[in-house]
Amino acid sequence: CFAPFLCLRPPQIRVKPDRTGVVTDGVKHSMNPFCEIAVEEAVKLKEKKLVKEVVAVSCGPQQVQETIRTALAMGADRGIHVEVSGKDYETLGPLQVSKIFAALAKKEQADLIILGKQAIDDDCNQTGQMTAALLDWPQGTFASEVTLEADKLKVVREIDGGLETIKIKLPAVVTADLRLNTPRYATLPNIMKAKKKKIVNVKPADLGVDVSSRLEVLKVDEPPQRQSGVKVETVHDLVEKLKEAGRI
Amino acid sequence: MAALFKARRALGMVVGHGVRCLSQLAELPELHQMMRQTCRDYAQKELAPIAAQLDKDHRFPAKQVQELGAMGVMAVEVPESLGGAGMDYLAYCLAVEELSRGCASTGVIVSVNNSLYLGPILKFGTEEQKKQWITPFTTGEKVGCFALSEPGNGSDAGAASTLAQREGDEWVLNGTKAWITNCWDASATVVFATTDKSLKHKGISAFLVPMPHPGLSLGKKEDKLGIRASSTANIILEDCRIPLGNMLGERGMGFKIAMQTLDSGRLGIAAQALGIAQAALDCAADYAHKRTAFGAPIGKLQAIQFKLADMALATESARLLTWRAAMLRDAKKPFTKEAAMAKLAASEAATFVSHQAIQVLGGMGYVTDMPAERHYRDARITEIYEGTSEIQRLVIANNILKEYQQ
Repeated sequence: CFAPFLCLRPPQIRVKPDRTGVVTDGVKHSMNPFCEIAVEEAVKLKEKKLVKEVVAVSCGPQQVQETIRTALAMGADRGIHVEVSGKDYETLGPLQVSKIFAALAKKEQADLIILGKQAIDDDCNQTGQMTAALLDWPQGTFASEVTLEADKLKVVREIDGGLETIKIKLPAVVTADLRLNTPRYATLPNIMKAKKKKIVNVKPADLGVDVSSRLEVLKVDEPPQRQSGVKVETVHDLVEKLKEAGRI
Repeated sequence: MAALFKARRALGMVVGHGVRCLSQLAELPELHQMMRQTCRDYAQKELAPIAAQLDKDHRFPAKQVQELGAMGVMAVEVPESLGGAGMDYLAYCLAVEELSRGCASTGVIVSVNNSLYLGPILKFGTEEQKKQWITPFTTGEKVGCFALSEPGNGSDAGAASTLAQREGDEWVLNGTKAWITNCWDASATVVFATTDKSLKHKGISAFLVPMPHPGLSLGKKEDKLGIRASSTANIILEDCRIPLGNMLGERGMGFKIAMQTLDSGRLGIAAQALGIAQAALDCAADYAHKRTAFGAPIGKLQAIQFKLADMALATESARLLTWRAAMLRDAKKPFTKEAAMAKLAASEAATFVSHQAIQVLGGMGYVTDMPAERHYRDARITEIYEGTSEIQRLVIANNILKEYQQ
């Protein structure tokens, strides 16, 4: 069981006039790149006959179905669309999503949840970790390599200092990092097959999850315009300027 | 990025073939949208970044052709039982357009393999021939080509001077074929040769010849204006012997096979032309936002706006003609006139749009730093091959006159 997020990949990001967020209307949505990597890893595990079934899950409004179909075209077996729309969707964050995933994991009796390490719209990097905590499952985050060894998962993690290898027991949560794999292009025959695969609709309430947010966004601003720099003649001048600016 | 799925007002004038066709013109079915997206993603990530270098090096994109084969794009219409993707012609046209938008040479390589090589074998081949000549050519490992034109006749296809003589249990081919796309990279060809000179165009037959093969040699690679990553050369046949079983269709059927194959092939070229036009439009529109003159982005100037509007109109109109012809073909309805219209409109759109794109870019359009000059060079051939614009006009006119026959 794994979860591709719906995410924004707009040509140019603009902040909404009321400063409560970014403009999402008319912006093309597509699968979060890290989740694409997660889908690819899951499909690979199935091709190696190490897992029986791959279920693609996404939370959001109607358009999310397109993303789930892409996952099906990549090789997932079936999809679950957790319907969250309107105001609820605007305030949907990692805590609510991880509650949904935890509930689904129990319902589907999943053995492994693979998701992208973070969504590139909010960069939270929390959902995987929270899901594991809610389920009390071990987690292998920032995975750049995943190997199944009997009932344990060997995960090589990308950390600041280098690479860390851990062994975790199944069931577990894994979050995919950039170098885990290169996602495949959906082939035409698989796109045809995806048409016949099922996507089931589910509401958060059906899973006993309350999607109301405990966070309130106060404001969203564009990053400050880059100021032009100053050229200095000598190293001495540079040190002076840095001292002036309180940098050293 | 141009929004490509805008709802259309009723095309009442154009239609006559049912609600399904109308709604498909307005909004593509989900399946087609998905496959269009996968081809677009592939073209953007894998083809567009290398297209300029492929053009410079005149290099066949072998790796990409194999990857496209794995995706099923080298044999879109071929049934799954033979190794293809089992999709319809509309899907194929979408694929070729998206790929051509990234690299026009790759587009024509895909188009020739699908329409001109696999097409006639799928339609006229025996089950044995299909297994032997289709399946290995669906994976991208091997590509095929189509040898109809000769140095002495292009548009005048009925005057094939290449001869095929029966000697015992073999056919012996002699002659020269010209302008054969893919031939330096191909592993087989469909060749048209005269079996009965007295019957004129009814005396032409089609043959399947493996490549390489004794008696078949290739002329020098042509140094072309555009689509340079695809090879074009003569095929020279000197006592080229092939088994009797290599005849495609029946004796004397060659001209009919060629004409029917080209009817479909022209949609592939229309799609390629659309891709080139769209790429040129992308380039020009992007530049119009960024380039400033007279104190504002040039996109604010009416002169540029009128150009962009005309460019978009030409492209979109040709696209709808192409889709309609493809849908007619998928519905097994006559589509010769519409296919000719599509090819004519799309190729003239490609040359017009790429010409104007250079104009919008000004000096930058003339140098290789920007892709506009490559689109201009790539576009030109679309008005010539697989039926010149003049031939398309004749085909359309003949169909119109037949419709109005007293």
